[in-house]
Amino acid sequence: MNSIFDGGPGVLTAEAIIQSLASGLLMGLLYGLIAVGLALIFGLMDVVNFAHGEFLMISMYATFFLFAFFAIDPLLSAPLVAAAMFVFGAVVYLLIVRFAMRAKANAGMVQIFSTFGLAIVMRGLAQFFFTPDYRSIPQSALGGKTVSIAGIFLPEPQLVGALLSIAAFGALYLFINRTDFGRALEATREDPGAVALVGIDKNRVFALGWGLGAALVGLSGAIMAIFFYIYPDVGASFALIAYVTVALGGFGSVFGAFAGGIIVGLVEATTALILPPSLKSVGIYAVYLLVVFIRPRGLFGSM
Amino acid sequence: MDKNFATRRRRDLFVAAALAVIAALAPLFVKDVYVQNILILTLMYAALSQSWNILSGYCGQISLGHALYFGLGAYTTALLFMKFGVLPWFGMLAGGLLSALIAMGLGYLCFRLRGHYFVIATIVIAEITLLLFHNWDWAGAALGIDIPVRGDSWLKFQFTRSKLPYFYFALVLACVAWFVTWWLEDSKWGFWWRAVKDNPEAAESLGVVVFNSKMGAAAVSAFLVAVGGSFYAQFVSYIDPESVMGFQFSLLMALPAVLGGIGTLWGPVLGAAILIPLTELTRSFIGGSGRGVDLIVYGTLIILISLALPRGLVSLFPSRKGAAR
Repeated sequence: MNSIFDGGPGVLTAEAIIQSLASGLLMGLLYGLIAVGLALIFGLMDVVNFAHGEFLMISMYATFFLFAFFAIDPLLSAPLVAAAMFVFGAVVYLLIVRFAMRAKANAGMVQIFSTFGLAIVMRGLAQFFFTPDYRSIPQSALGGKTVSIAGIFLPEPQLVGALLSIAAFGALYLFINRTDFGRALEATREDPGAVALVGIDKNRVFALGWGLGAALVGLSGAIMAIFFYIYPDVGASFALIAYVTVALGGFGSVFGAFAGGIIVGLVEATTALILPPSLKSVGIYAVYLLVVFIRPRGLFGSM
Repeated sequence: MDKNFATRRRRDLFVAAALAVIAALAPLFVKDVYVQNILILTLMYAALSQSWNILSGYCGQISLGHALYFGLGAYTTALLFMKFGVLPWFGMLAGGLLSALIAMGLGYLCFRLRGHYFVIATIVIAEITLLLFHNWDWAGAALGIDIPVRGDSWLKFQFTRSKLPYFYFALVLACVAWFVTWWLEDSKWGFWWRAVKDNPEAAESLGVVVFNSKMGAAAVSAFLVAVGGSFYAQFVSYIDPESVMGFQFSLLMALPAVLGGIGTLWGPVLGAAILIPLTELTRSFIGGSGRGVDLIVYGTLIILISLALPRGLVSLFPSRKGAAR
């Protein structure tokens, strides 16, 4: 995975190590933000969205086109993209996932392959309408800029993305614990049958859950679009990282996704210091295997 | 064993034999190389999916990393032939045995994982191996291996002039995979696997050795898939990591079984017979002109079939309902 603004591999000095750990941490927080929607939806209804990467892909395209046609900076379009993705996520639930959950046989398979079919359709549509060309946002408020904090250079898009991720996780925490909708979400997650008795419409909660999950992907997509190439298959490269992030933290645990993201970011940066860049992901995958062999439910997974 | 079951099994065998004979005669009427190519791929994916189905369908251990065994089969055969002049037939056997051993080794580590943790582990392990092959210079790294052409012969399993030998090999492979499944369905293992899939704890309490039965399924499944990979390497005569070990193969192996009917005898055959020609035709007729339309058609079909027929296409055949569970 090569960012547009990546530097080459440096010499292994203490400075270089701190430098790459710092960028790893930032990237990790962003990975957490990419993955949290997946964790939220899984926690709510035990469904893994296999089109998660494609949700990220269309968020990046949306950001790109808002920039290309209306010259809206990704920072400003982030809320717009998140709002649009909220609607998109809810629609996907109502049109596809709702029916997948009714399957009486092979329920797990149906969920995997209906969302996976959606992923393929979305990729096909992106190729059809946007062509397979690589696109990027050449100029934005943050793109290509770095700040220096105590001698460490941090790329601004990743820094802002990381801060946004922390803010989003904080907001999500408050939202789940302090609002009526959040409590409805928790209740539905614990017992989808019983909530109907107290007048909560399960379908509405699920639709809103999908909306919320997709909106969080939208947010991260807008940030990613600043410093990453945008093309129809871009989601695939991040989807596996997102699944590993969620599984590492423990499926369904929102806090787990946050911790998982940080670990993935740090491990990736460390691997890149030791192994050739093309083997960067091997470290992440190996750590995942190591963790689940010791703790089969991930770090913070219960059940 | 009740009588219906025995009758059904005998009928399955007759139907399969009849289909195999019809398929064997097909080249008499199909002279078009393009269509022959599609038939070969269809038979290959039927065999692969049938093998995948043994572990993922019958035993319920869903693997989305079977591309690993496909790639290992392809690479073992190609490397042994190119570097040491070992005939592909021995390479095929070696690749199969190696894959079965690796499958058991990985099974030993992974079978304690449940659900999505297991699925992700299978994806991740295949992905690690793919990345390692990308960086393994001796094995051609990212450039891959051009299998040297040494003239058409069954001994070297190379044919440049006609595709028919490949067709017949793929047919035999599909028949073998089907027959192994048919035979296992009624074996002790077959019953164990279904018990393990439905309720591992209860199966264990009734004396099913859950762990060993999963290991058996993994070994058989990996061996057959690796043989398919060896065949594919000979068929296309050029391999690189992405083209034999990429994630798409794991999916292409799973899809026919899922759409046809997972954990059923006929699901993979039925799924492959519909899916593979459809993929190839949309790719060549629509794919060329309207970028991405093939994916849209393909993906829509997957969504619709999985939503409308969760038990797969075999559930359209009423007599198979009992089996399609």
